[in-house]
Amino acid sequence: MLILECPYCGVTAEETEFHGGGEAHIKRYGPGSTEEEFNNYLFAKVNPKGVHFERWRHANGCGKWFHAARNTVTLEVYGTYTAQTSDIPQDIKDKVSAKVPGWSWREFE
Amino acid sequence: MSNPVSALQGAAYDGYVKVEELGLRGMITVRGNLASTKLKNAVKAATGAAMPKQRQISIADEGAVAWMSPDELLLLVSYDKVNEVIAAFEEAMAGQHFLAVNVSDARAMFRLSGDKVREVIAKISPVDMAQDEFNTGDFRRTRMAQIPAAFWMADEQTVEIICFRSVADYAYGLLKDAAEPGGEIGIFG
Repeated sequence: MLILECPYCGVTAEETEFHGGGEAHIKRYGPGSTEEEFNNYLFAKVNPKGVHFERWRHANGCGKWFHAARNTVTLEVYGTYTAQTSDIPQDIKDKVSAKVPGWSWREFE
Repeated sequence: MSNPVSALQGAAYDGYVKVEELGLRGMITVRGNLASTKLKNAVKAATGAAMPKQRQISIADEGAVAWMSPDELLLLVSYDKVNEVIAAFEEAMAGQHFLAVNVSDARAMFRLSGDKVREVIAKISPVDMAQDEFNTGDFRRTRMAQIPAAFWMADEQTVEIICFRSVADYAYGLLKDAAEPGGEIGIFG
């Protein structure tokens, strides 16, 4: 059971109050992109063992989308941050680095 | 003119806490910039209550304001005043980017009263109901078993609950079940 903190309403609640929304920081490719880019955008998702970044929605609460950094092996949640960013905030990166030195996830490290 | 009725028309159950459906209540969903002075003043004029802090409800004599999300409030007023409150609100907010919608008939309200209201809520919602975690003035949107709900404590012995009208019967059944005599836990003293 994950315990997440919603960065919008500040509630710390367990998983069932939220809804997972898949991989975070996906760059969208639309009209004008190559078929390979569009295919990768739609279907190619990472499925890491370890550090992972996801989108979550506070479905049974304020209804806002946010990001969560967590570990798929230990189920540890490193932190949550707002959806109004396309980069991982430095303080979240620091928290992950403290537990998993040398981690990398897609283009982030 | 049709005769408005609430979802369960005031059904009540005497368990080890009392469960009552509260009948019709005026509710207005407001969306906008909660930091704006104009909005604060309009909310105050509509309900008599001040702008609540994050996850709080502020209650006055004739109305209340609940914090729903960083850009949403729920105004509670009397059922027959909703339309005039919205009209006055829209006038006060003219020129601003906002939304005020009458949702009174889309909601149901319940009241739990008794010594052990905290544990009845704790049975059906994933919320820490300990005295030092949840108190009078706190407002929490969460779920009750399988449905979304929001509640606050009017005082130490009273919890008021809002849910969607379409699931009022489910909510009532759930609350009755949680409040059934013999189901006492005594976890919160």
